[in-house]
Amino acid sequence: MFYREAGQFKTSYAGDQQMLPIPLDRAFVIAIAAIAIFVVPVIGSQYWLESILLPVMILSIAALGLNILTGYCGQLSLGTGGFMAAGAYMSYKVATNMPEFLPVWIPIIVGGLFAAMIGIVFGLPSLRIKGFYLAVATLAAQFFLLWMFQKIPWFVNDSISGVPSAPPETILGFYVTGPNASPEAKYLFVLAFVIILAILARNMARSRIGRSWMAIRDMDIAAELIGIRPLKTKLSAFAISSFYCGIAGALWSFCYISTVEPTAFDIDRSFQVLFMVIVGGLGSVLGAFLGAIFIFLLPIFLNNVPAWFGLELATDVVSHIELMVFGAAIIFFLIVEPHGLARLWQITKEKMRLWPFPH
Amino acid sequence: MSDTNASAEKTGAEKTGAEKTGAEKAGAEKASTSRQNRIGDVILRADNITMRFGGVKALDDISFDVRQGEVRSIIGPNGAGKSSMLNVINGFYQPQEGSIWYKGTSYSPMRPHIAASNGIARTFQNIALFKGMSTLDNIMTGRILKQKATLLEQAFYIGRGKSEEIEHRHYVEQIIDFLEIQAVRKVPVGRLPYGLQKRVELGRALAAEPTVLLLDEPMAGMNLEEKEDMSRFIIDVNEHFGTTITLIEHDMGVVMDLSDRVVVLDYGSKLADGTPDEVRNNQAVIDAYLGVAHD
Amino acid sequence: MEAFAAIFGIPPFELWFFFEVLIGGLMSGVMYALVALGFVLIFKASSVFNFSQGVMVLFAALNFVGFIELGLPAWASFILTMGVMILLAVTIERVVLRPLVNQPHISLFMATIGIAIFLEGFGELIWGSNIKPLNVGIPDDVVFMGDAMIQQADLFAAAVASVLVLVLALFFHYTRIGRALRAVADDHQAALSVGIPLNQIWIIVWSVAGFVALVAGIMWGSKLGVQFSLAILALKALPVLILGGFTSIPGAIIGGLIIGAGEKLAEVYVGSFFGGAIEEWFAYIVAMAFLAFRPQGLFGEKIIERV
Repeated sequence: MFYREAGQFKTSYAGDQQMLPIPLDRAFVIAIAAIAIFVVPVIGSQYWLESILLPVMILSIAALGLNILTGYCGQLSLGTGGFMAAGAYMSYKVATNMPEFLPVWIPIIVGGLFAAMIGIVFGLPSLRIKGFYLAVATLAAQFFLLWMFQKIPWFVNDSISGVPSAPPETILGFYVTGPNASPEAKYLFVLAFVIILAILARNMARSRIGRSWMAIRDMDIAAELIGIRPLKTKLSAFAISSFYCGIAGALWSFCYISTVEPTAFDIDRSFQVLFMVIVGGLGSVLGAFLGAIFIFLLPIFLNNVPAWFGLELATDVVSHIELMVFGAAIIFFLIVEPHGLARLWQITKEKMRLWPFPH
Repeated sequence: MSDTNASAEKTGAEKTGAEKTGAEKAGAEKASTSRQNRIGDVILRADNITMRFGGVKALDDISFDVRQGEVRSIIGPNGAGKSSMLNVINGFYQPQEGSIWYKGTSYSPMRPHIAASNGIARTFQNIALFKGMSTLDNIMTGRILKQKATLLEQAFYIGRGKSEEIEHRHYVEQIIDFLEIQAVRKVPVGRLPYGLQKRVELGRALAAEPTVLLLDEPMAGMNLEEKEDMSRFIIDVNEHFGTTITLIEHDMGVVMDLSDRVVVLDYGSKLADGTPDEVRNNQAVIDAYLGVAHD
Repeated sequence: MEAFAAIFGIPPFELWFFFEVLIGGLMSGVMYALVALGFVLIFKASSVFNFSQGVMVLFAALNFVGFIELGLPAWASFILTMGVMILLAVTIERVVLRPLVNQPHISLFMATIGIAIFLEGFGELIWGSNIKPLNVGIPDDVVFMGDAMIQQADLFAAAVASVLVLVLALFFHYTRIGRALRAVADDHQAALSVGIPLNQIWIIVWSVAGFVALVAGIMWGSKLGVQFSLAILALKALPVLILGGFTSIPGAIIGGLIIGAGEKLAEVYVGSFFGGAIEEWFAYIVAMAFLAFRPQGLFGEKIIERV
């Protein structure tokens, strides 16, 4: 009864094409955004801001990126970590070699663009190969890229350790990256990226480019026959997806772990982001966020559950059980709701429409 | 497009040999003469097409032409090579020999994106809709070649990104009205019944504003009412938009009533080529295919 | 060999060394092929890309070693582990495959990733995660062919793998069950409509894959010790599958040999130019290059798409 979709008639196509046509939806999203921007930095503890919200937000960006490639365009990719690394390393290189006055988001964007180019290169095989074969090609990208960034000292300015710490950068006098930055500053900095990138993703999904991605995903032969260029479309998906992953990688290095470290972008990361997209729901912007929250918090939750029950378990036992629960959760989701948490949310909304009536 | 025309234009399947009222007969004659006026020069031609799959010859030196504004049918028993012929015209298959001549240029071979960007659209025998998208989105994909907004305009939903979406939405809604599928515009097409899916596919082809429309068994699997509706749509498209139609169909009643000219294929070879009456009386065709006439 | 070397003007020792690296690579290739075999079996019979094949190798090995450490003789452990693998196959069929029977292949693939993670946790929960040495009496010495040093264990593995491949190939082609498996791989619905019981077929196939995993696990485990890195071997089998084609048993073998040999040779002879450690990605790049010319692999089936 609260939530009304009926009776919301639009009198123009422009109205119907809005991002959030239902007023209650719009109010809800704006409220969340307002809380995120104004309330959370004030009341959030350092632990929450730095160790929970920050990584979840950054991984959401990566999930948005992978969602574009795998969810909308149907190209299975296991190379997310490699593209994130591309963004991180190039951002570092630019940030440490650019004139002082340039703002910090420039190297991050450049990192993203570099990752996009890498994405195009490794997306080229998609013209001829599909499905699992393509997934293996993206694995090649993952292993090769990670090896390359470790072997080529140019990216890390020939640093001896090979694992430099993130450059401290400021906006308006406040440190937003590196070890000096406050949690609130880092949080707001990343939040800005999240909001903008989410809006862009949503816009692209409902525009011509989104439709051509989905057409390729659903039936690429038919898409080609109505004039969609398969290679161009797939490469655009690779490019934009890698752009997002590159930015996520740069932010991960600059703001979260404060170093540029290859192990942060290994094959486990690729799988982690893939699970976020599956569990959250393929082909859904909301799903990227829900999936990131779920997959990131699940291990933390599992870590704390035994304590709540007063059970004392050895850490390796806990990690084994975590794996089991994780694997079971993936299978569970695939069986019960293959369209993920986003679809569950949609179903909840539909039920709320009728509540308290049963039908 | 409106309902008042519908009753007068229910030719096709329904009127096979049944009584015609005087007014209807006059109407039909008027329609046929105006149709003759509408048929123009040759716009599409298959020249000596030979298509082989491994050892099997799907098409053997096939040549025929299609005139602008006409309804041309390709008929023949199953496996005769009809769908392969459409695929060659479309550029999906590349024939080993021969070329497709279209609007002044000869293509050997034709390529899908050339066909699509030059006004050739088609529907498919087994429905090639994008099952994950809604009806509206599927038909909107038909407008893709007409959309020019850049990536940034789309990402920020400004300028052409926004205006094109609205403008093309307008056109697509007109097609939705024409095909009477308003009720299902937001439904994912995978969930629609077969007959409606066929209609949506027709809509997607129409959205491209094609000069030539290739229809591969548009009435397959339909009951009588659905066939009447589909015939009505095809005739409307041909008469109101002047679209040239090339169609493959098995229902002889439909073919004979809708078509201006017919090509008959059998085992990859051309058996006959002419008006419905000529073909109907061709002995080779009767032997190979028609046998006893049935409705 | 000396005469051969003399013709090319290469010192004989170099040639022997090359030979040794080559044989070593071929041997490890055989090992990859064993893992790839499991993939091919399952893919052939159910079009499921079983990402958990590598973890199944680890799981099988863990059980085998575990039973031995509990005091059982090797043959008993083998039988018991086989029982476990069959039980696993039954469970997977009921819990994962049956509910997902009509879903797109990508969903089944992701489900096998879920199985992989689950098995990893489960196996290590029960048997522990430290490295366990495995000794079942596989000859451990080295053999010398000329100046080339060859591991006896590798020779043994090659022999075992060859026998296994032969048996499987015969099984697929000449037995009723083998025919049924091929029918199922081709078209599930058609197979159902002629009365082939899909569920039983899947249980059989996953059990056979489990058997192959166990053999591979014993071979690899004897060589490296039973530890988590066995599971990562699965990732190495993927380029093998690409090369050989996903549906071909001989393809898995030949692909394995090529990848194994290629990897080792590249590491030894070319690796220094790139700063070493190119083994990590070399196999993949080779596979990808191959895909450019033959997307379905050496022996895979060409997919013809009809509209």
